[in-house]
Amino acid sequence: MYAAHAHDQAHGDHAHSPGGIMRWITTTNHKDIGTLYLWFSFTMLMVGGVLAIGIRAELFQPGLQFWRPEFFNELTTMHGLIMVFGAIMPAFVGFANWQIPMMIGAPDMAFARMNNWSFWLLPPAACLLVGSFFVPGGATAAGWTLYAPLSTQMGPGMDLAIFALHIMGASSIMGAINIITTILNMRAPGMDLMKMPLFVWTWLITAYLLIAVMPVLAGAVTMVLTDRHFGTNFFNAAGGGDPVLFQHIFWFFGHPEVYIMILPAFGIISQVIPAFARKPLFGYASMVYALASIAILSFIVWAHHMFTVGMPAAGQLFFMFATMLIAVPTGVKVFNWIATMWKGSMTFEAPMLFACGFIFVFSMGGFTGLMLAIPPVDIQVQDTYYVVAHFHYVLVAGSLFAIFAGAYFWIPKWTGHMYDETLGKWHFWLSLIFFNITFFPMHFLGLAGMPRRIPDYALQFADFNMVASFGGFGFGLTQLIFLAAVIKCIRGGEKAPDKPWEGADTLEWTLPSPPPYHSFETPPVVK
Amino acid sequence: MVNQAQLNLLTLRKLLIVAAAMFGFGYALVPFYQKICEVTGVNNVIKADEVANTQIDVARFVTIEFDSNLRSHLPWTFRPLQTNVRVHPGELTTVSYEIRNNSARTVTGQAIPSYGPQVAGRYFRKLDCFCFTQQTLQPGEVRQMPVAFVVDQGLPGDVNTITLSYTFFEVEGTAKQAGG
Amino acid sequence: MMGRWTKRLVAAAACAPALASADRYNLQTPQSIIAHQIYDLHTLIFVICCVIFVVVFGVMFYAIIMHRKAAGHKAQQFHENTTIEIAWTIVPFLILIGMAYPATKTIIAMKDTSNPDLTIKATGYQWKWGYDYLQEGISFYSSLATPRDQLDGNAPKGVNYLLEVDNPVVVPVGKKVRIITTANDVIHAWWVPALGVKQDAIPGFVRDSWFKADKAGTYRGQCAELCGKDHGYMPIVVEAVEPAKYEAWVKDRQEKMAKVAVADAPGKIWTLDELKARGEKVYAQHCVACHQPTGLGTPPVFPALSGSKVVTGLKEVQIDTVLGGVVKDGKQTAMMPFKQLSDVEIAAVITYTRNSWSNKTGDAILPDEVKALRK
Repeated sequence: MYAAHAHDQAHGDHAHSPGGIMRWITTTNHKDIGTLYLWFSFTMLMVGGVLAIGIRAELFQPGLQFWRPEFFNELTTMHGLIMVFGAIMPAFVGFANWQIPMMIGAPDMAFARMNNWSFWLLPPAACLLVGSFFVPGGATAAGWTLYAPLSTQMGPGMDLAIFALHIMGASSIMGAINIITTILNMRAPGMDLMKMPLFVWTWLITAYLLIAVMPVLAGAVTMVLTDRHFGTNFFNAAGGGDPVLFQHIFWFFGHPEVYIMILPAFGIISQVIPAFARKPLFGYASMVYALASIAILSFIVWAHHMFTVGMPAAGQLFFMFATMLIAVPTGVKVFNWIATMWKGSMTFEAPMLFACGFIFVFSMGGFTGLMLAIPPVDIQVQDTYYVVAHFHYVLVAGSLFAIFAGAYFWIPKWTGHMYDETLGKWHFWLSLIFFNITFFPMHFLGLAGMPRRIPDYALQFADFNMVASFGGFGFGLTQLIFLAAVIKCIRGGEKAPDKPWEGADTLEWTLPSPPPYHSFETPPVVK
Repeated sequence: MVNQAQLNLLTLRKLLIVAAAMFGFGYALVPFYQKICEVTGVNNVIKADEVANTQIDVARFVTIEFDSNLRSHLPWTFRPLQTNVRVHPGELTTVSYEIRNNSARTVTGQAIPSYGPQVAGRYFRKLDCFCFTQQTLQPGEVRQMPVAFVVDQGLPGDVNTITLSYTFFEVEGTAKQAGG
Repeated sequence: MMGRWTKRLVAAAACAPALASADRYNLQTPQSIIAHQIYDLHTLIFVICCVIFVVVFGVMFYAIIMHRKAAGHKAQQFHENTTIEIAWTIVPFLILIGMAYPATKTIIAMKDTSNPDLTIKATGYQWKWGYDYLQEGISFYSSLATPRDQLDGNAPKGVNYLLEVDNPVVVPVGKKVRIITTANDVIHAWWVPALGVKQDAIPGFVRDSWFKADKAGTYRGQCAELCGKDHGYMPIVVEAVEPAKYEAWVKDRQEKMAKVAVADAPGKIWTLDELKARGEKVYAQHCVACHQPTGLGTPPVFPALSGSKVVTGLKEVQIDTVLGGVVKDGKQTAMMPFKQLSDVEIAAVITYTRNSWSNKTGDAILPDEVKALRK
């Protein structure tokens, strides 16, 4: 993020690097690229947020107010795609770019030029996605899950979405290869795998997940593409295919994808809590094992997204048991965080507030997840607002809160200035309150029988929808406080010391704030 | 430092192979899934089954219900000539379906069978069925088509009703000739 | 603007007492064995989760309050404890097994579709449901009955807004009903919460599920799988009635179907008025969602029929359009082919459109004319 400082550094260190916009287009520096990723992700968060406000405005009261039903479906679909592939995933890659080299004592990422490509693939992909609103027939309205055969029925907007997914997939795979290579080959002397900060561990495992499943998604959408235009029949029963097959392939990607979006969040929380409890992380080794088991289990639970397709009882039982097993390592992580806080000496600056908020609210999403793992209950609430509440509890209160925690935690290092603590606290409390006003009533709506992805609803759902809409508008506006805090911090503010947080102990805090454009050119030695 | 770069390239190559293999794996899921469905009887294939054991279990009755579906673009009527039959497991039974072409052109269709409960598909042995071949009907033609089947004695004891459902699809190509 | 809102809020408040109750915060009141089991399972797991939640976050908030730097607490530097780590791995595992046991029993009960008293096939269409009673030979379509005016806010919304259909599924109380689901175009899902049934309807394949209604009543549900534009407008209504009443309904339906079969028999001589009357019904079933009761459609996606060049022009062109749909730039538009309707139905609905609203062609289209144009 923070053009001002990086620019000064660029002049010092890189006399020949181009200035202005070309500097950003040609940059191969991990800090610049991290900054680009983070700004890109924030922009997409705003775009996705505007779509969400469009959704909540229509659902403010029963009846059709603003949109035609088909446009409403476009809104929900694009909100999902943009938030998942445009906002959450790139944000974590941005953190990885900034932090991983500094945390393992490496001078830069392993493949600096490929790093540049993997970022610059994203803006064209985002343009394809957003641009698809303006083609005849509008954007794809098949839901972010793109279930066939509805997705084979869509207009050209669907093709644009498929190409966008291909490009974003390629970008993610390149990013993941870069991260794995950096972590495996470029650690400072003495930095054993089991001495790595937990954030680095979570990204190592996430990157492996990305390489394993992004190609599967690419395959699935390619099959949709050929079914649409080239006469194949993967998902068309008339030609010997099966529509349910798409769901199997999609969720084989989709479930690990869920962990791709939450494991780095676990990593950030595992850095923040010890720093503010002034106490080492409790159960480091068990944290690593828990991460690995979550990642492995994520490959054998996909069909819990499709309990209603009518699979045999044996299938339901297998996927129920496998899914419930994931609760064990996830529980271990939560217990470890709380044990880290136990008998610490805690202070509650914005990063710690977001981390505590994360544990509290994410766990509620975990409990509803457990509920959804039970097929009979899942069958009752699948494809209702209960599911919508569940995944927003884990993706907004989970991933997004962790992203905010990480941003406040590291922004003094990145910019060299302390952020405005008052703004940070306002941002946290308003986010937490509005988040719960928006999504808590959705549990009731789902239980009472409101299906998701509908533009209009029966009258008994009116009150809670109105409450949720109010909360949604408030949550959206609150994020402008974050933007204000970030801009204020880039522009100036109290000079940040090298180590602004008393309990922080990883390598990046040994560098000056802001760090030099090229850091750790001589690797540090880790004892 | 040369060593470092070489090491990185080696890792890159390995990871690219993994990524390519996973792309292939996505496609490999297609035949794999079909095989699983075949084994578990979720979707039965459209070819004749062999019947090894023809012993009849006279102590047990199974009700077979017949159902028919047409995809909307097919200008036919399609119906079973009996709504249901009661049979013993192991007993060879023949029933009939009727199709009629209501349009003024020649149309080819293919029927796909499906079973409820799905597990029954594994024990439902078709010796002869109109779904083994494509059916071509001249304008206005009516055809009665047999299905000869045996319900395997291995059918789980708690299954007493099986629904045999056929869906007729227009065979790709004939629709195009007609110009949609 | 405010006035309209207030009126609606008052209307909503007026019907609230009828709808309020525990249903608003929890699963709907269960009305079948399976729904009861699901309800109890949900309650059990909810209680367990609440207990865990209170214990775990009790500890966390105790730490947050007591172990603050501001409270003068000094950090202790411990960072592992094997005993406690093993304990908090094993204990959740045991709790999970406790949850899985009752769930397993319910799963097996849900899958037991054997020995039904009757079998109904539910076929999902974009965007309505079709029902076939396999043994009784009854077939009908079931579409949303809420008038368009209520959707657009031009009329007050009724109590069952969006949850009412023209032809509900009628079933006998206390009898095991097996529902077979399939679909005509894309995946839909047949869901009636109070009966504990949700089953995807997959084009080309059948799936089955079952329920047994405990007592007489009207149970409402909706399609639960995104199926395109009008996904929110294809509700499901099940009327459970006493067996005797059900028998009477079956007889009545069968007679009506026989009458229609006779009425539509080939060779019948149709008058303009007969065709119009029959066509109005077909229009209400298949056309009204897009082209509207006023015939004005919602341009540009769904063009008006009233005053349309196609509808008032050459009748052969209109017959072709209805049979084959509209294809633009090689892509199927929202106007799907309606070949699946009978010659009589198509002739009737075309006659109706050519003689309604501002259209006064006076044409009567005969079934044979449609037949001649079928390709």
